[in-house]
This record gives sequence, C-alpha cells and structure tokens, in this order.
Amino acid sequence: MTSSRAVGATGSAARLGVPAWIWPPALLGAFFVGLPLVALAARVDWINLPALLAAPDSLAALELSLRTSAISTVVCLLLGIPLALVLARTRIPGRAVLRTLVLLPLVLPPVVGGLALLQTFGRLGLLSSALDLFGLRIAFTTTAVVLAQVFVSMPFLVLSTEGALRTAERGYETVAAGLGAAPGFVLTRVTLPLVLPGLISGAVLAFARSLGEFGATLTFAGSLRGVTRTLPLEIYLQREVDPDAATALSLLLIVVAVLIVALTHRPRAAR
Amino acid sequence: MRRKSLVLLVALSLSVTACASQSPTSAEPTPAEPTRGQSTEPLTVFAAASLADVLTTIGINFQREAGLPTSFSFGGSADLVAQLQGGAPADVLATADEATMNKARDAGVVTAEPTVFATNTLTIAVAPGNPHGIASLADLAQPGRLVVICAMQVPCGATTASVTKDAGVTLTPVSEENSVTDVLGKVTSGEADAGLVWSTDIGRAQGRAERVDFPEADKRTSNYLIAPVASSTRTDDAQGFIDYVTSPPAQQVLGDAGFRKP
Repeated sequence: MTSSRAVGATGSAARLGVPAWIWPPALLGAFFVGLPLVALAARVDWINLPALLAAPDSLAALELSLRTSAISTVVCLLLGIPLALVLARTRIPGRAVLRTLVLLPLVLPPVVGGLALLQTFGRLGLLSSALDLFGLRIAFTTTAVVLAQVFVSMPFLVLSTEGALRTAERGYETVAAGLGAAPGFVLTRVTLPLVLPGLISGAVLAFARSLGEFGATLTFAGSLRGVTRTLPLEIYLQREVDPDAATALSLLLIVVAVLIVALTHRPRAAR
Repeated sequence: MRRKSLVLLVALSLSVTACASQSPTSAEPTPAEPTRGQSTEPLTVFAAASLADVLTTIGINFQREAGLPTSFSFGGSADLVAQLQGGAPADVLATADEATMNKARDAGVVTAEPTVFATNTLTIAVAPGNPHGIASLADLAQPGRLVVICAMQVPCGATTASVTKDAGVTLTPVSEENSVTDVLGKVTSGEADAGLVWSTDIGRAQGRAERVDFPEADKRTSNYLIAPVASSTRTDDAQGFIDYVTSPPAQQVLGDAGFRKP
C-alpha cells in the first residue's frame, strides 16, 4: 500500500519526465478500469432512473448500506489505530504473525470470511454459549452486517496507518516526549496529526470496502430488507427479475463510492 | 526491503485470485472412449441449480447409452438465461419454473416448444429430529421461530408466497435468501429453525435436514421445463438428450431424487 509522502517532498522530483513507454500500459490500465463503468452507465434506463432509485426497497438498501458502513468505519478506526500502533511502534514478539493475521481478510474470499464469522458468532459457533448467556443473537441482525464489514475492511485501515506510522518523522515525537509530554499526549497531539493523511486514506478505503461488501454479509448475516439487505445484496436480488433496476442501483453504488473517494482523497500539495 | 516487496507481491497475487467472482458450478463427467464414430464434443446443458445431482447422474447414463458426453453448467435459472442472452454457447436449457422458461422464449433464446419433464413441490426443512416439533406452516409463524425462506424474486420464493397465502399464514422470516441452497444451508448449519425448500433439496442435504410436509404444497407445483437453445447447431443431439430425459430410465432417476412426474 502507499506510504504517505514524507514531509518536504521536493517539487523538483515531480518535474522529471516519465519514460514514454509507460504511457501505453497506463492507458490500457485506465481503459480496463474505466470502460466497464462507461458501459454500465450506457446501459442505464435514464428515463426510469429516478423511479427505480426512489423505490422503497432501493432506499432501504441505500440507507442500510450507508449506516452500517459508517459504523463499521468508526469501529475500524477504534480498533485499527491501536493495532497499527502495536505493529509499527512496539517490539512485542510475534508481530509478524499478528500482521499476517490482520492482512488475512484481504486475501480470503469474502464468502470464506462469512463462513468463519458464522463458525464464531453463529448459533452453534465458538462463542455461542457466551452469547446465549447474555441472551444475544447475532446472526440475521444488523450487528452481523457491521461485523462482516469490519472483518473485511480492517486490513485497509491497519495497513495504511501502519505504513504512515513507519515513515513518519519521529523527531517531533521525541521532542515532545523530551519536553515532558505523557505518551497519551504525544499520541493524540503529535503522532496522529502527523499520520493523518495515511489514516484518512485508510478510513476512506475501509468505508468504500464496507459499502461494497457482499459475500461475507450474505453468508453470515442473511438478507432481509431494512435489516441486513445492503445495496450490493439488493442489486444481486434485483438481477433475478429486473435487470434495469439492478443496473440503476449499480450506478448509484458507483456514484456514492466516487463521491466518497473524491471528497476525501484529494492529493496533498507538498509543503 | 526485498522481503517486504516479495510479501507484497505474494499478497497482491493472492488477493487477485481471492477476488474472483462467483460463477455457477459446472460438472464435467469424464467422457468414455469414443464409440461408433460419433462426435465426442460434449453437449452443453445449462440447468437450474436444483437439478445438479440428478442431471449429472442422468448425463452419465445418457453417455453410456448414446455415447455422447454432456457438460453441465448449473446455476440460478434467471442467471443462466441472462448468460444465454449474452451469447454464452449452450445446446440445451433446463429451468426450474415456467416463468423463467417464458423469459427465455421472450428473449429469443429458446424458439422450440419446451417440454415439462418433472415437477417439484415445497416442503419445510428442519433439523434432524425436528427439535421444535414443527408440523405445519402455522407452526412457522410462532413467535421466536427463526424461519428462512427464498426471496420473492426467485422461483421457490414466488411459490412460498403462494402457499403461505393459500394457508392464510403470515411468516416473518429472518432472512430471504437468493437461492434455495442458501435456505437449506442455514437450516443444516443450525442458524435457522426451519426453512421452506423444494422436496428434492431434502435428499441433497444427506441426512442433515428432515422434511415436514404440508397439504398446501401440492396445489402449487413448479414445472421444470427443458428445451433446445435456439443458437445451437446440434439440434439432433440436443433433441436426443431431451428425449432421454423424458424417457422411463431418466424419469426413474428423477423420481428417486424426489421429483414428481410431469
């Protein structure tokens, strides 16, 4: 993953040209990613689009998706930042194993993630007796959707934040500690602001990944309107009967994702 | 530094493979030695997911009889029709309900008259031993029962809606799945107390689910239809397979799996 640019990256490096031969593969890559989106947009039934998007099922799915993705991103931040700090700034043994575990959801097929979550939090899962003790049922609830999203999105946040922490200037933190600041103060007032770009980038990726989560949600949480049927699940269902509705909703998902990424992922000018 | 980039490369290539989308399962029975100089190019059959086990068996028998191997692609009926519309090559189409076959005909994917080769009815799937003592559709509506059904948009969901309306029962399911396989899966894994599935799916659960029949099911049978794909050039071979599926030996196999006669 990208590490945040070190403070003070020179503008002169950017003015060096790139070799000409990189343009064909770059353009090919751009077309490969862009053309399917253009094709999808061309397929949309523009006349009926407002009606299709305003349908109660579509709105319920959109609201659920946005709500759960937001909660998941907050959970990822609350758990992921400390995890990234442990990985980047401590010397505990077994960090390599921990990092591998954290990155595992990135390479696991989401359905496998869903099955694993089921084996943990399901009615007959590992934690079932503990959950029964508190009278909690997780499967088929919105909580399950959030859990599934956190599982698949956490790696993005941890990876991005850890990378930023590793390449950040330690000088400021050393000075702050030397001046008598407690570790907590150094963390919140010096370290985190320094790695904010990487942090935000990771959070945006986590949100976008949560928005698009499908396999783990379907397997672990089920599919019920307003409770667990997020936008991707709604699209998957609409495909069965109404391809126009599915295309319209797909466009909606793309637009939401583009807005989120564009609004928060602006490249920062070198200081 | 080098180890880090190696790890990153491995992780990237693994993520690429992990991001592969789900596609309908396909089964390829190993072809026997070519006989009688016939074409050994496998006949491509697109069939509904609920036919997976039974059609594979029929395909093997057909190959033994006619020397013609078959290659199946199983999936949701609507998915298959969409693929055929998109130009996927196939010779025969078998759907789990009339509505989907009608869609195929409207789209021009099928032009010949389809043949009904089996019917299916719904049943309630419960855990072995029926721990909650479910005996009827009304029992499913009891508070606290975790019931899973198919979504309205798929064939088994539409039939579920009909039978519950006939019985005057209102269900509050905890999940409406996209495929009957997922409904069965939630019951066999213990997540749900009960689910409404096809009769034939109980057999496929291999002892991990029990059936509870209810009278309203018989009034709403689902017709399984088979037809040659219009774009196929192997009209004789396709018709040969269709004729075999409606013949007594294949009907016996279908009956053993729980399908009923057309």
